[in-house]
Amino acid sequence: MMTVFYGFRNRLWCFVLGILLSVMLPNVPYANAQYDYIDITKPFLRKIPIAIPVFKAINGTAPERETGEKGAEILSDTLAFTGYFSLLDRKAFLVDPQKAEITLEGINFRNWTVSGAELLITAGVVIHDDILHLEMRLFDTFQQRMIVGKKYTGAPEDLRKIILRFAGETVFYLTGNRGIFDSKIAFISTGTGHKEIYLCDFDGQNVRQFTHHNSITLFPAWSSDTQWIAYTSYAQGKPDLYIQHVKKKRGFIVDKDGLNSFPAWVPGKFELAATLSFSGDQEIYLLSGEGKIIKQLTNNKEIDVSPTWSPDGKKMAFVSRRAGSPQIYIKDVENGNVRRLTFQGNYNTQPAWSPLGDKIVYSSMDRSGLNISMMGVDGSGPIQLTHKGSNESPSWSPDGSMILFSSTREGPSRIYVMTAFGGDQRRLLSLPGEQSNPRWSNSVGDHWD
Amino acid sequence: MKQKIALGFILLLVIGLMMSAGCSKKQVQPDGSAIGTIDPFDLAHERALSPEEEAAKRRAIEEQLLMDEQHLTDEQKRQAMLRQQFVTEDIYFGFDQAVITPEAQEVLRNVAEFLRENPRVSMVIEGHCDDRGTAEYNLALGERRALAAKAFLMNMGISGSRLMTISYGEERPKDPRKTEEAWAKNRRAHFVIR
Repeated sequence: MMTVFYGFRNRLWCFVLGILLSVMLPNVPYANAQYDYIDITKPFLRKIPIAIPVFKAINGTAPERETGEKGAEILSDTLAFTGYFSLLDRKAFLVDPQKAEITLEGINFRNWTVSGAELLITAGVVIHDDILHLEMRLFDTFQQRMIVGKKYTGAPEDLRKIILRFAGETVFYLTGNRGIFDSKIAFISTGTGHKEIYLCDFDGQNVRQFTHHNSITLFPAWSSDTQWIAYTSYAQGKPDLYIQHVKKKRGFIVDKDGLNSFPAWVPGKFELAATLSFSGDQEIYLLSGEGKIIKQLTNNKEIDVSPTWSPDGKKMAFVSRRAGSPQIYIKDVENGNVRRLTFQGNYNTQPAWSPLGDKIVYSSMDRSGLNISMMGVDGSGPIQLTHKGSNESPSWSPDGSMILFSSTREGPSRIYVMTAFGGDQRRLLSLPGEQSNPRWSNSVGDHWD
Repeated sequence: MKQKIALGFILLLVIGLMMSAGCSKKQVQPDGSAIGTIDPFDLAHERALSPEEEAAKRRAIEEQLLMDEQHLTDEQKRQAMLRQQFVTEDIYFGFDQAVITPEAQEVLRNVAEFLRENPRVSMVIEGHCDDRGTAEYNLALGERRALAAKAFLMNMGISGSRLMTISYGEERPKDPRKTEEAWAKNRRAHFVIR
């Protein structure tokens, strides 16, 4: 059972533990605490082989078959995106999905374990009176156990939404983590000839333009509740801070003299940090969501930029040139203490605090160019995660399992995604112009629908 | 004739800028609490001009041009030359530096002289960076460069109220190539007459 999910060295130990667990949890179909399949804090995760046959067309109609094929594609792509799974080739399956049973009682699990599948997702499609019914089940093929099963009803055009929801359940039951499937990404693209903010789904789908300033627009930042995006724009001729509601046409502008830039929302609050230079010196301030100054957070003659908050909102990492080169510092907002985090090299910028709280990713320049690196919040063990092209603007997925960044590794600047340990680096999307500055949102919930 | 119109157009711009410099300065609220509300999110003002509006605008400019041409004086021509001299001349900075070099001081002295001779003129100093660094930091560094140039001019006796600064960070490179030569050209402060 659990042996199949770990490497050889752990096998015996896991096997013993596995028996204990299965004894402890007999006949519990939806055991809540079964998060031990995938430990996302492990850097060298073995990908779990999963089989996702084409969904079964229950009545065998053409629309059901079509939906079943499309659905299996979307589900496969979605789960593959996480980096946790290796998708088995459907052509090698021993089972005809249109004839086989899709429930626990009817499945011959041996057919799947022989193919190498450790997990299996089956689904049945019914389309009746223009309403889509989808039954989906995730099985552990070695334990011959259903991990989660769900039934969904919706409009046929809601197929992707339904499948993303089940993918979310799948990842939740395997990792204990809600996953990223209803998160969005904001980024900058030059497609119109101007830098504008665009939004898309977690996987680069459903791209839409968000700002239309016909100017230079930069540095999008999501509020925790995903209702607001703050950003910098030159729409009024100089870099001002815009705090804009995502859905409604309302917002606030901070347009003091000088820079009004680099917003970072305080987790769980309608407050944000930003660099303002109206005093003649660049300092980071804490602002209300309406753009009013609550207090000054830095006090230093040199450059202070790029704030990022710890998940509890008590500490802020930022970039300062106070020691003569850009380095990353952490300020404890309660007691005011500041300590320097980076000591390697003379150019460390763009910190992003992990939503899990323990890591900071940042961009670091040396002779080979700009690369994404990661360190502990105590500055320990910096590791370089990228090695090709110029790489900048790291941003964590809301569950801390993945990192977005921009890179010139294929020529023009594009947005890429990798696991939190630098694995599976790939381009997120392909659009005209250049893309930069990606920022991952929290789960958007239902207010986006 | 063509040349004459072109020259006239430049001078028109110059005159227009001089006239507007005195009155168009942005009012800054003393407590620094300049917070706008919803208006700028109304995208109506960003719409493109219709072809008729464009044509009307162009006609208006051409007509004015002919009138202004008659009022050119030698002094204005001289001013335009002087202006041209340093408007095309930037000052340059080292990597991750906002320190005014001796070469830059030479240029800034010319700028100061011009500003002294033209007390009604105000100026925007743009700070720029090469694109090797990261965008946020460069935006801040560009502002430091513009502020360093402003501080130098103020030390030369120019009132700070005549000197606006704006940073474009790495957003407006003069030379988009990725070579040492191009990077050196892009690490600059640029002067624009208002």
